[in-house]
Amino acid sequence: MFGDPEKKGSFFERLKEGLSKTRQSLVRNVDQALFGEKKIGADLFEELEEMLVTADVGPAFAAELIDEMKEIAKRSELGSPDVLRTILRDNIRFILKQREAPLDIPRDGLYTVMVVGVNGTGKTTTIGKIANELKSRGHSVMLAAADTFRAAAIEQLEAWGERAGIPVIKQKMGADPSAVVFDALQAARAREAGVLLIDTAGRLHTKVNLMEELKKVGRIMGREVPGAPHEVLLVLDATTGQNAVNQARMFNDAIGVTGLVLTKLDGTAKGGIIIRLAREFDIPIRYIGIGEKMDDLRPFDSKEFVDALMG
Amino acid sequence: MFENLTEKLDGIFRKLKSRGRLDEENIRESLKEIRMALLEADVNFRVVKDFVEDVRSRAVGREVLESLTPGQQVVKIVHDRLVELMGGEGSQWLKLVDRFPNPVMLVGLQGCGKTTSAAKLARLTMEQGRRTALVSTDVYRPAAIDQLRVLGESLGAGVLQPADTEDPVDIARRAAAEAESLGYEVLILDTAGRLHVDQAMMDELQRIKSAINPSEILLVADAMTGQDAVQVAQKFNEALAIDGVILTKMDGDARGGAALSLRAVTGKPIKFVGVGEKADALEVFHPERMASRILGMGDILTLVEKAQAAIDVQEAQELQKKIRKDTFTLEDFRDQLQKMRRMGSLKDMLGMIPGLGKLKALKDIDPDETELVRTMAIIDSMTKRERANSQIIDGSRRKRIARGSGTSVQDVNRLLKNYAEMRKMMKRMMGPGGKDALRRGFFRR
Repeated sequence: MFGDPEKKGSFFERLKEGLSKTRQSLVRNVDQALFGEKKIGADLFEELEEMLVTADVGPAFAAELIDEMKEIAKRSELGSPDVLRTILRDNIRFILKQREAPLDIPRDGLYTVMVVGVNGTGKTTTIGKIANELKSRGHSVMLAAADTFRAAAIEQLEAWGERAGIPVIKQKMGADPSAVVFDALQAARAREAGVLLIDTAGRLHTKVNLMEELKKVGRIMGREVPGAPHEVLLVLDATTGQNAVNQARMFNDAIGVTGLVLTKLDGTAKGGIIIRLAREFDIPIRYIGIGEKMDDLRPFDSKEFVDALMG
Repeated sequence: MFENLTEKLDGIFRKLKSRGRLDEENIRESLKEIRMALLEADVNFRVVKDFVEDVRSRAVGREVLESLTPGQQVVKIVHDRLVELMGGEGSQWLKLVDRFPNPVMLVGLQGCGKTTSAAKLARLTMEQGRRTALVSTDVYRPAAIDQLRVLGESLGAGVLQPADTEDPVDIARRAAAEAESLGYEVLILDTAGRLHVDQAMMDELQRIKSAINPSEILLVADAMTGQDAVQVAQKFNEALAIDGVILTKMDGDARGGAALSLRAVTGKPIKFVGVGEKADALEVFHPERMASRILGMGDILTLVEKAQAAIDVQEAQELQKKIRKDTFTLEDFRDQLQKMRRMGSLKDMLGMIPGLGKLKALKDIDPDETELVRTMAIIDSMTKRERANSQIIDGSRRKRIARGSGTSVQDVNRLLKNYAEMRKMMKRMMGPGGKDALRRGFFRR
């Protein structure tokens, strides 16, 4: 515990106080909504900063956005804080809108999608959902179980395949992922599949040898099918903080990420890190995950996202 | 980086021209930087706010120690306070009692690493000679039960297999009874990942808890977690009164500010950290190291451990001797680079060496892979004699080396300069002051 919890003014006490202030400010916000806020002041900017930082936008970027707001407030006569909020919302929307581009899969030839990310972000589940969606739109889909490292990862993917009636190409646990992918490409061509989704093992972006392994899989693909992998999806967990920037940078440097998926937005995490990513990387945001059901993976919509973020 | 934070703070103090005693104004300025550093490390906004207030009151009027600059002094106060808040110097272990079995229940969000942690924890308790069994109550995620079974079997732990139709509460109850009759001292329960706002799923955990009355409930949380860590921890703690936390994926480069947030809202200790994919990659938590990491400070202890994984003890002794005698050759330098590469991110490794970031010349060794490869190519293009004694590398030799390695003479020059700088630094580390760090274990044993 932070000091004696009974002791008045302990760190813990003050934090509790702080949290109750959150509730108070909630009440205040309702008041504002009903009666309108009087003027634009330091309180408002602090509130906006807290909103942004708490959403994981990142402190430096949040400060930048707030400074812009301050400039605007200084320059012009704004009627109310609501106008300022609208401007902030529009600015964020503008950043995100540029990265709004759903995954568009051509109908001719074999299209390969490689799914990558750190451990536990929801790669396999995302693949299950994408496969299901593509199949329902009439694509002939196949899956490759290239996560040969994690125990039972192959079984997990197979379970998804069974559920959706989609063939899964696999080898034994511990097999070389490149070999699995090679097999899968042959099989996909033989059966004239339209889309091959490749599940890879979760790996921390800092592990040099594992990133090398990923590059190798990419090279094999390119050798077997011109232009492959056509899409490299990086799956990010919305609960992740600023480390997502390192993840994006290092995966992108290693294999060239062509699309982002933000999962687990059905909790209380706001996933604001995606705004920072949208600004720092020219990578489209393909999907967001909002639940465990098959249709809980949605194409990314910047408006929806900003509405959820800013309430 | 620690260097950056300290440098920034020193810059502020220089501007304010204040030395000797910390006053309101220079503290306010430095706290701004500290606040940003903590937020960048993903410590929760409110937690940072309270923490900064707390440090302010502790810092004002404090005298600056003779050996430190005012910037370092502030960082020291912050660091000490972080350590204190995260549990002082000590580490905490599982609270096991005289009981068969001691159920240990792992809970957390999806993908935080519960199943892997369950297996690692089993390995730790087995190492202590306690018979340990594992059981998964995750009937939701496809193949979750298989995953734990495979991991458990590979460790030689007991694995209790749930029946197909059982619900999680029944699985837990039956596993506890079975573990008792089979004489297991520890029963580790893996539960399904769930959102803290999923009421039905949280109820399920409460029912499991009352069915088996665990000796220990541990919240498993990802070190990369952002601001939301407080909400998650609060909800799990309210529902279950957890006993501690396992912080996973610490082998990445996340600063891990979530550790402070978790501790702040639950008041419960972080007991273990997951530091790798293998079964032995679970360690007890060290508040001191975590504090350094959150502040981005060099963490010599972690470096030692990482280094030990890649360098064997004998090699380390050799190296220490060489550094002490100042006979660290280019050949040794190349060996070290190769090992660093094996250890993972070079930048991380360099960042862990205190003071290294301050050496301007070393900043020129851009710690990226291509640079590393080039450096090795240059050294490879030298003759044995040149590698043993860099003094003999004159202009024409430099030209030849550059041609041989496909680089330019400037590249070769830069490498030689860096190497000389590195030797100087190593000598300094062996000098007064530096010896302590070494004794603590830079190249321990």
